[in-house]
Amino acid sequence: MSTAMPESAPTVTITTPGARKPVPGHQEAMAEKVSIRNLNFFYDTHKALKDINLPLYDKKVTAFIGPSGCGKSTLLRVLNRIYDLYPKQRATGEVLLDGQNILSPKQDLNLLRARIGMVFQKPTPFPMSIYDNIAFGIRLYEKLGNAEMDARVEAALRRAALWTEVKDKLKQSGLSLSGGQQQRLCIARGVAVKPSVLLLDEPCSALDPISTSKVEELIDELKTDYCIVIVTHNMQQAARTADFTAFMYLGELVEYGETEQIFTKPAQEQTQQYITGRFG
Amino acid sequence: MTTLEHTVKSYDEELKKLQQDIASMGSLAESELQNAMQALIRRNADLGSQVVLDDARVDELEQLAGAQVVRLLALRQPMASDLREIVAALKISSDLERIGDYAANIGKRVVALSQVPPFRLPSTLPRMGWLAQQNIRSVLAAYAMRDADKAVTAWQADEELDETYSSLFRELLTHMMEDPRNIGPCTHLLFIAKNIERIGDHATNIAETVYFMVIGEPLRSARPKGDSTSYMTVPPQ
Repeated sequence: MSTAMPESAPTVTITTPGARKPVPGHQEAMAEKVSIRNLNFFYDTHKALKDINLPLYDKKVTAFIGPSGCGKSTLLRVLNRIYDLYPKQRATGEVLLDGQNILSPKQDLNLLRARIGMVFQKPTPFPMSIYDNIAFGIRLYEKLGNAEMDARVEAALRRAALWTEVKDKLKQSGLSLSGGQQQRLCIARGVAVKPSVLLLDEPCSALDPISTSKVEELIDELKTDYCIVIVTHNMQQAARTADFTAFMYLGELVEYGETEQIFTKPAQEQTQQYITGRFG
Repeated sequence: MTTLEHTVKSYDEELKKLQQDIASMGSLAESELQNAMQALIRRNADLGSQVVLDDARVDELEQLAGAQVVRLLALRQPMASDLREIVAALKISSDLERIGDYAANIGKRVVALSQVPPFRLPSTLPRMGWLAQQNIRSVLAAYAMRDADKAVTAWQADEELDETYSSLFRELLTHMMEDPRNIGPCTHLLFIAKNIERIGDHATNIAETVYFMVIGEPLRSARPKGDSTSYMTVPPQ
C-alpha cells in the first residue's frame, strides 16, 4: 500500500543552529550570509513558493531536497534573480545578501550574478577555449593585464581542482572535456569572478560516480571560502556534502535543520516519509 | 515511527524478514533460558545438553541477521527510522546471541551438577531465571510493538533481578563457609546466577536499543542498579 501525501505541508520545523548540541567542527561562530524572509514566488498566477523563511550560512553547505515540483530549483533561481529573464515571474518578500535586499528593483543584476554564481544540472561550457571560458566572466567586471588574467584563470582552475588536467590544453575548446571536467570548468568559471555565494542546481545528475566524487570533494574544499547551496535529488549526496538541509514540499519549507538530524531523526513526518522512500 | 509502506515493496519485505528473524531469535533465546532453568530445577542432564545443542540455531540466526543488515545497508542506503530500525536489529541480534550463550552455559553447568550428590536448590535461583525470562519477553514485546514506554518499564525491571542476585550471592557464600563440601556445587550455582544476571543486562541493552529505535535518542537517565556483589567480601575467620 502506498499512501499519497496530504495536500498541504504542516508548520515548518526549523532547528536553529543556536539550539544545536555542540558538534566537533561545528563550534565556530556562523555568519548568516543570506537571509530569506517571507519569500513568495509566482509563475504568473501560480504561487510556487509559499512564505519561505530560511538562513544560508557563510562557509557552510545547505542542501535543498524535495520531490520534483516542490520549489527547490525555483528558490535557487530567486537567489540570483535569474527569473527576471522571464515575463510574468515575480517574487515578494526579502532575500538579504549581507543585509541588502537583492529583490529590490534597484539591485544591479550583473553585479548580483557576479556575487552569486550558479552551476546548472547540465554542464554548460561556452563554445570557446578552456582559458576563455574562465576569462570571459572576469573581463565583464575587471580590466586585467595578460599576466594578471593568466594568474586569475590558473587560480580559478586550481580552485576547481581542474588545473593539472587542463594546464597543457588551455587553448582547446571547453566542449572537448569530459562531462565531469566540463562541470568543474563551470564551477571554475563561477569561482573566477570571486562570488560570495555559489548555487549548484543538481550539479552531478549528469555525471558518473567518479566525476560526482570529484565534484563533491570540490564542494567540500570550496566551502572554506563560500556560502554554498546545492539542489539535489540524491539524498546520499545531500547527506554527504551538506551541513544543513532544507526539505521542501508543494512550495513550502517543511523542515530545515542540521543534515545529520534531518537524515537520522527528522522532526516532521513528511520529511521522514520522503527520505525513507515512503512518498507518493 | 512511520507506518506507511515504502514505494519499493521489496524493501518492506526485507525489513519485515529481518524483524521476523529477530523475533524468532528472541523466542529461541527465551526458551533456551526456560529449558536451562527447568533442567537445573529437575537435575535433568539430558535437557541441559539439549540447551547447549539448541544454542547453535540462535548463533546461526545471528549470522543471518548480520548478513541481512549488511545487505540492507549496502543496497538500500537506509535513512532516519529505517536506519535506526536496521542498526537496532544488528545490536539486538548480538544481545540475543549472548543471552543464548549464557543459557547454554547454564545447560553445561547442569550437566556438571547432575554428577554431584543432590542438594537443596536456593529458591531465589529459579526466581532469578523467571525474572530474566519475563524481562526478555517484555523487551521482545516492546520491539515487536515499537513501544518505547514498554521498553523503559522492562529496562527498570532489571533492578529486581540485580537485587535477587545480590541476595543469592550472600546466601551461597554462607553455604560455602558453612561446609567446604558445598564449594563445588555452590560455585556452579554462583556462575549460573551470574549468567542469569548478565542475561538481564542484555535484556536492558535491548530495551535501550528499542527506545533509541523508536524515539531516535538514547535513553539517557541512569538505570537503577541492584547488583552490589562486585563490592562484597567475606571477612577472614
